[in-house]
Amino acid sequence: MTEPKGSGPDRRRFLKGAAIAGAAPVIAAAAPAQAQVAAPRHMPSALPPNMKTIAAETGDVHAGENRIGGKPGSDFMVDVLKTLDIKYAPSNCASSFRALHESMINYGENKAPEYLNCMHEESGVGMAHGYFKITGKPLMTMVHGTVGLQHASMGIYNAFCDRVPVIVIGGNDMDAAARPPGVPTFHSAQDINLIVRDYTKWDDTPTSLQAFAQSMVRGYKIAMTPPYGPVAISLDAGLQQEPIGARGAGLYIPKFNMPSPPAGEMGAVKEAARLLVNAENPVIVADRAARTAEGVGLLVQLAELLQASVVDQGNRMNFPNTHYLSRPAGAVATADVILGLELSDFWGTVNAYTDNGEHGIGVNSTKIKATTKLISISAVELITKSNYQDFQRFQTVDVSMPADAQATLPALIEAVKSALTSERRAQNDQRAERAKKAYADIRARETAAAAVAWDASPISTARMCMELYAQIKNEDWSLVASEGNVSSWPTRLWKMEKHHHWLGRSGGYGVGYGAPASVGAALANRDLGRFSVSIQSDGDLMFAPGVLWTAAKHKIPLLSIMHNNRAYHQEVMHVQRIASFRNRPSNYGGDDGPVGTMIQNPDIEYHKLAESMGWWAKGPIKDPALLGPAIKEAMAVVKSGQPALLNVWTQPR
Amino acid sequence: MKKLVLIAAGAAVLMLGATAASAGDAKKGSVTYREKGCWQCHGYEGQGGVAGPRLANTQLPEDGLIAFVHNTAGAMPPYSEKLISDAQLSDIYAYLQSRPKPADPKTIPLLQP
Repeated sequence: MTEPKGSGPDRRRFLKGAAIAGAAPVIAAAAPAQAQVAAPRHMPSALPPNMKTIAAETGDVHAGENRIGGKPGSDFMVDVLKTLDIKYAPSNCASSFRALHESMINYGENKAPEYLNCMHEESGVGMAHGYFKITGKPLMTMVHGTVGLQHASMGIYNAFCDRVPVIVIGGNDMDAAARPPGVPTFHSAQDINLIVRDYTKWDDTPTSLQAFAQSMVRGYKIAMTPPYGPVAISLDAGLQQEPIGARGAGLYIPKFNMPSPPAGEMGAVKEAARLLVNAENPVIVADRAARTAEGVGLLVQLAELLQASVVDQGNRMNFPNTHYLSRPAGAVATADVILGLELSDFWGTVNAYTDNGEHGIGVNSTKIKATTKLISISAVELITKSNYQDFQRFQTVDVSMPADAQATLPALIEAVKSALTSERRAQNDQRAERAKKAYADIRARETAAAAVAWDASPISTARMCMELYAQIKNEDWSLVASEGNVSSWPTRLWKMEKHHHWLGRSGGYGVGYGAPASVGAALANRDLGRFSVSIQSDGDLMFAPGVLWTAAKHKIPLLSIMHNNRAYHQEVMHVQRIASFRNRPSNYGGDDGPVGTMIQNPDIEYHKLAESMGWWAKGPIKDPALLGPAIKEAMAVVKSGQPALLNVWTQPR
Repeated sequence: MKKLVLIAAGAAVLMLGATAASAGDAKKGSVTYREKGCWQCHGYEGQGGVAGPRLANTQLPEDGLIAFVHNTAGAMPPYSEKLISDAQLSDIYAYLQSRPKPADPKTIPLLQP
């Protein structure tokens, strides 16, 4: 049956009682198909009463307040959100959550959560990602159910791989008979969460307000139980827009209590302690071990008790690089016991893969001795998702604890103390002296390496990083994104001692994380009075540069130094490698590297891009002597509360 | 046979301090270094980084470098003589040897602890 425009009852506008008048068309819809074709146009027997009439006739005081006749469902949703103390909601606006949007900014007075205007859903997720790594508190982001969630999906995958909670609310107009036709229907789906189900910890589609309240609290709890991770809640547009009505009397908001993280079983903890104490050369490798500053302190305590070398793989700031037990990755080679704490890739920690084998297949080799004992404490083993391969290759270990490393460390420290004999303590003291000497040698080598090409143009990444560090080192600084692509100079030479000095990488290595995560982390640091700095890759920025505008719009101070090497440099090397392997020259097409990998001809003027979005910016800076003064100038701007960007032409890595 | 070549190349790599004046042309080497993509992993100045070791002022002998480039089975893919000739590698070697010697890090204020 082709329904004439405007003839049926509109659930968004009519009160439940008023809709009775529309019962006739509903009944007619059940008639046989052939009869439907010829069915006469059904009209309500009487015009529905307006809100004033209803208010006058029923005595419903709410009916006169607004056109829907009472408190909307989305106002209750805001009540729920406020109990969870979610401070911000970085989002790109969309009709499928317009009711919740309106309730947040008007009913909720745009506080907790405060709506932050984003220009891409990936930016909203990335901001929440960065924000969490500073505060330890999740944000929510709202997305259009289909196209918006598709935009957001890469950021959600990064958060999943980085074990970061983000609460994703996807608007979805589920009632196919009632939702507007055309665009809103293109933007609806039976099950929007399907898009991200493989890389969220949990998702739900509540169909009542009470179920929404339970979903939000449950989702928050799941997201915040290590291993942390994003959750997705599909939010029906009708549920948001309809009045609470008679169902409101029984509605309640479940209380959220922070769950305790899963800790290792004591038998396994004692066995790990026994192996570590008896080792001649124990090595601790940490990746996402320190969830908080307390985690750093615990790791220092354990390392000093054992006089064990510590390799910080850098997905969090786990261990001070100024500590004499800090070591580069190669330290595993001589270990007799390795304790892996929240390693994203245990196999890759103890094995090498050389991308240069016959027939184009890489070659595997071990990095450790055959007798080395391996201990793993990792909550990631509790995740059972299987499609995406972030769990990496399987590595057999001698002691396996599917548990949160930070939560297990206190028990492990106590077990180590109990197992340490006075003789072993004395041996450990001797080991400490050797470790201090080895540490000093490593630092001297790093410094010497940084001096090479110190005055080069384009500017060496070592020079750029040290010019930057010289300016920020007396601030309470936080390097909020990017590090590996500049040859890891910050973790090699900056004094990284506090948990917020370095936030780690993206997780899934999905390009486009750096810019939004920096802005999100800078937002958190702004509220804590810290100075945020990012080393911003060129290719990364261009995925969703609109987040620069968001930073300016919401007055988020951030010093962004462009590592502008004018290329997707990882891919430059990949294509070159394959060409060489196939014994043919690489086609550069007039650029400096293989076709399709360079970002040059024309060069992007990132400083102008940033300026156009409200940033203070300068560049391109190619002369190393000009960099220090420019950074000083930019810092003054950032200290005044504005974001600033320097477009620096650099060496590739 | 290939193994023997690699062993020879490896031995040459280990012959530290055996550098001699190159017959290559540093100016031409500068262009070739860029055109062949050496800069991609080793930096424009051969300073090295996470993707490739330092080559500037290398202590490798010239023959060792040439053998290594043609035969490496390590992280770097081999470049056959079809892709880069011995003469071109000699030029590159000369370019790398012509790079300014790095300053003593103790004289660079920004590198002080």
